[in-house]
Amino acid sequence: MSLELKNVEKKVGIDTHIHPTSLKLEKNTINVLLGSTLAGKTTLMQIMAGLDKPTSGEIWFDGKNVTGMKVQKRNCSMVYQQFINYPNYTVYENIASPLAITGVKDDEIKQRVGKVAELLKLSAMLNKKPDELSGGQQQRTALARALVKDSDLILLDEPLANLDFKLREELREELPKLFEDRDCIVVYATTEPSDALMIGGNTATLLEGKVIQYGKTLEVYNKPENLISAKVFSDPPMNIAEITKRGDNCKFTDNNVQWKSSAKIKDGTYKIGIRPHNITTYKEGNNSVEINGKVQISELSGSESLIHFTNGNLNWVSLSNGTQQKNVGEDTKLYMNTDEFLYFDQNNRLVNNG
Amino acid sequence: MKKYKWLVPTLYIIFLMLPIYWLINMSFKTTTEIINTYSLWPQKFTTENYVKIFTDSTWYMGYINSITYTVFNTVISVAAALPAAYAFSRYKFLGDKHLFFWLLTNRMAPPAVFALPFFQFYSSVNLFDTHIAVALSHCLFNIPLAVWILEGFMSAVPKELDETAYVDGYSFGRFFFKIFVPTIAAGIGITMFFCFMFSWVELLLAKTLTATAAKPIAATMTRTASTSGYELGLLAAAGTLTIIPGAIVIYFVKNYIAKGFAMGRV
Repeated sequence: MSLELKNVEKKVGIDTHIHPTSLKLEKNTINVLLGSTLAGKTTLMQIMAGLDKPTSGEIWFDGKNVTGMKVQKRNCSMVYQQFINYPNYTVYENIASPLAITGVKDDEIKQRVGKVAELLKLSAMLNKKPDELSGGQQQRTALARALVKDSDLILLDEPLANLDFKLREELREELPKLFEDRDCIVVYATTEPSDALMIGGNTATLLEGKVIQYGKTLEVYNKPENLISAKVFSDPPMNIAEITKRGDNCKFTDNNVQWKSSAKIKDGTYKIGIRPHNITTYKEGNNSVEINGKVQISELSGSESLIHFTNGNLNWVSLSNGTQQKNVGEDTKLYMNTDEFLYFDQNNRLVNNG
Repeated sequence: MKKYKWLVPTLYIIFLMLPIYWLINMSFKTTTEIINTYSLWPQKFTTENYVKIFTDSTWYMGYINSITYTVFNTVISVAAALPAAYAFSRYKFLGDKHLFFWLLTNRMAPPAVFALPFFQFYSSVNLFDTHIAVALSHCLFNIPLAVWILEGFMSAVPKELDETAYVDGYSFGRFFFKIFVPTIAAGIGITMFFCFMFSWVELLLAKTLTATAAKPIAATMTRTASTSGYELGLLAAAGTLTIIPGAIVIYFVKNYIAKGFAMGRV
């Protein structure tokens, strides 16, 4: 069982929403679609579900071409960012509806709904209407409805985006467990790189309707094929600078900071990508190098400190652990962990990952 | 100042209620008393006017006729407007915005404009003096209104609800009637209220298109003089009874109307 998109393209009028895309999602995997808003995540999911038809290209499921097949005939379920439930049905009826519609017997419905409700901690609310529930419970109901039938394909479109921070953390931990022993393909769309890392599985990075890279989540994170994929998979935004390399010596084009690199690449000019957490107010790793910065903004979140600083033309972000109080305008020293640098050539292709 | 803050609303309500009070007041008087004396409440209390209305078929049939075509009209308007409003709220098609606005402009023409063509047309297709003729003619302004109100309520429902239902396996029809219609029940309630109200108070078309068999109460009522001279008490009683259906309907949909105002489409 697998879901395969073959050169799928979606155009609306003169706008291209999805550029020709080929993707193969395997059975029993969680696949994250990672990209900012308008990257085409939702469109792609709607095409996968059959809610929308691609302008060209084919969709194959389980060795069959399902391109024009109606959404009702496909065995999939979907959870949206908004908490979508049937407002006139109780929680029980909501969860039961996909089963009832296919004519499953009442006893079996009762048993299956009970099981799913327990899994999602909804047992006490089965007789309530969705609008009597909190946001988190409403989304759990929607998730329960998606899980109750044995779907081949479960699509989750930013399911946690409208929840408050605590609930999001909680549900995000539970989610991968829910899908563990199910025979299905899960697709999870999100704008947050941390979601992708937490969920694991596979990740596809998307930008402006193009799938940039698809692979195992950690691999995509550690070895982004190119600068775009690296940028998509980095929050806070990745710091980028131009460097020149002579022998073992690397040097920023814009200032005099230099370091030794063991990267097996030819001499020349490169672009370098540094994730914010690799620039810190303290030394990290064996090969850290100092950089001066003028503090622009400093944001403290309790366990982490985000410091925006400038150095010449560079306008960078650093992320340190703990509370690192810095005043705006202050000149400060920061340390970059050169082992974690990503080197890209002039065509933005990754040539070395530290 | 604070002590007198009840004053303005009280005066306002008194002025509002005065004509209604006077109408009810008159309905319990005899015509002689109305014409000859000035009294703030009935000197000689009588229910004779009401008895006459409920026993004389020329009177009570007026109410039955009015209610009949009003109910017909409400059902037809909502039934026609539901799919139309759904299309406007969910689909994009060539000229959709213009068509939507054009619908509303139908309400801008005075009904008198349509009285003659309607009269001639319904006569020629043998529908003159039937309830359905009046009900259909009132669709002229009620369907656009219903589409306009319902579209607002439907657009407030995220289209993801439709998609979720399809993904769950609902066919369009089943989704529409089992999930979508109950979801916008408040909107349908308000729409029915407005259709009922506008059809109930409309006089010109109803009067033009009927003679005897489907004659509305308002037409009966405006016949001020009868063989026995002026019957002001009787007319007042008929007027009082005409207000009642509206008041009942308002009582039932008052919560929905508040909701509708909050959503900004009423």
